[in-house]
Amino acid sequence: MCQAREEYGGCEGPCGAPRVSCAQKCMKCKEASPVLVIRVGDAFCKACFKEYFVHKFRAMLGKNRAIYPGEKVLLALSGGPASSSMLQQVQEGLSRETAKKLRFIPGIIYVDEGAVCGQSLAEREETRRQMETILQASGFPYHVACLEEVFDLPSSILHCIPPDPAGPRSSYKEAVEGFIRQQREEETGGASVPEREVQEKLAGLCTRDMPGAEGLAASGARPLATARTDEMIRLFESVKTLTAKEELLQTLRIHLVLHTARVQGYSKVMMGDSCTRLAVKLLTNLSLGRGASLAMDTGFADDRHGNVVVVRPMREHSAKEIAFYNRLFEIPTVFTPALDTKAREKASIHRLIERFLCGLQAEFPSTVSTVYRTSEKLSATPGGAGPVPERCVLCLCALDTNVEEGSALQAILVSEQLSQKRLPAASPTGRGCCLGTEDQRGCCRNATAPGADARADLLPLLCYGCRLTVKDMTSLENLPPYVHSELERRKCRAAMKLEIQEFLLEDEAGNPGDS
Amino acid sequence: MAAPVSLLVEFGGGAELLFDGIKKHQVTLPCQPEPWDIRSLLKWIKQNLLKERPELFIQGDTVRPGILVLINDADWELMGELDYKLQDKDNIIFISTLHGG
Repeated sequence: MCQAREEYGGCEGPCGAPRVSCAQKCMKCKEASPVLVIRVGDAFCKACFKEYFVHKFRAMLGKNRAIYPGEKVLLALSGGPASSSMLQQVQEGLSRETAKKLRFIPGIIYVDEGAVCGQSLAEREETRRQMETILQASGFPYHVACLEEVFDLPSSILHCIPPDPAGPRSSYKEAVEGFIRQQREEETGGASVPEREVQEKLAGLCTRDMPGAEGLAASGARPLATARTDEMIRLFESVKTLTAKEELLQTLRIHLVLHTARVQGYSKVMMGDSCTRLAVKLLTNLSLGRGASLAMDTGFADDRHGNVVVVRPMREHSAKEIAFYNRLFEIPTVFTPALDTKAREKASIHRLIERFLCGLQAEFPSTVSTVYRTSEKLSATPGGAGPVPERCVLCLCALDTNVEEGSALQAILVSEQLSQKRLPAASPTGRGCCLGTEDQRGCCRNATAPGADARADLLPLLCYGCRLTVKDMTSLENLPPYVHSELERRKCRAAMKLEIQEFLLEDEAGNPGDS
Repeated sequence: MAAPVSLLVEFGGGAELLFDGIKKHQVTLPCQPEPWDIRSLLKWIKQNLLKERPELFIQGDTVRPGILVLINDADWELMGELDYKLQDKDNIIFISTLHGG
């Protein structure tokens, strides 16, 4: 450790000696005594730290120009440190004098995940009560949702473009396709400008495309249906690994937040992911085979859902800065146990990566920011040639399973089938078996197990990362109904497409998951 | 011979779960030959306050990476980290920044 520090620090001074000390003054105002070391050797006093923290938040919003004046923005609040300080930053921004005021209209959503995180009903009530206090104190409109409500979601949540009962959906879709095409054309010029234009247009479109009050509405304090809770617990019990549980929870949570945003007419969702969290997420997602959607999963703006864009304005604040800010300025937070609370260090990939990064960070203080900077360099532009890539049913990222012959994924599929000793039987399409994702589906159709059918139907519609999650589930029956109904819809469309295949002009190789 | 030191030890960010969910602990450290520092405080916490899973709080002779230490609302990196000599009435805060506490 000593040596490592010397190598890293270079001329920092003798090993083991503190890099900075209290005797030193704040590096910014050079007057007050410092309270916190932000980067190696950079110590800030309380006042300068506050200014730095607030400025960083505003600069992140200003730089990205993603949120427009008068736009409705939903803040996803978990009660944890990052989202709580995000809420405080928004409050601070709205209280400024006119010239510097943030001009969007905020609302808050809190999702109660107590059912799957092992909280008893009484504990959940208590957490809820604490959260309500914070929510009410904010003075913003707020929505309290239970994770159980995902069972009531419409399958439209799995569409990139929200359905509208009146039916301007096709034109909207065309418009989006047009923009994506335009974006490709302008790609040579630079990615950020066309991207912004797309977002601008999307923001404009969604105001007229607001779905009405459908399904679950603003049910603030609906009594918890125990049956739903049991169903939710069963769903998570059917997942074998903590890694897959974490992934499933994230997916369900974003669906619920997205639904609330759409029903209530919000066009942006703010998530409180910190720089530290995003660095962990980057490496975790790489390890989970989600490399293809890294840019969306960790970038500032995530527009995969079409009319609701997820933004991450806290992405340059480290967990340490946030914890200090909350402590020094008494920002209320509510601690709720997560899935991995008190779990072993190697219980899930998420936890293992977090430990790895934190361990490195302790000795090399630039670790987290270096990893995070990598995520900044990723571009969300899809690499495929097709106009609109087929999307994963669960996470809505562009399918990354559209692979050419001899790819690693194909090799995995072939060896998987060989090891399961499924003999090549005549597939419904009449083509040979065991050649790719589509044919695997044909293959598995012949399997006798009752759950295998649904699984075989679902897997080809998932990205590689979501496939791994689903493979860790013992049964798919417990998945919320909207997943099943979307699956049916996709199947019908695929069947229809197969029928009219020969009349289509588009490149066949572009969409294997769809046929 | 160091005099007994009384401290306010706080846990946050989920670290309190390892201490029966109690966030604030008013403690008095007994007399001992060497003056109390953070290193010896951690040992004392491990033996006297920590209720379960010590590996989630302490690693080697220091805190687990990802747990912040504040001494009187200031970063312990400014105070000499493990070698900080505890004063009477000090406020020592441990905040976990790890997911799930």
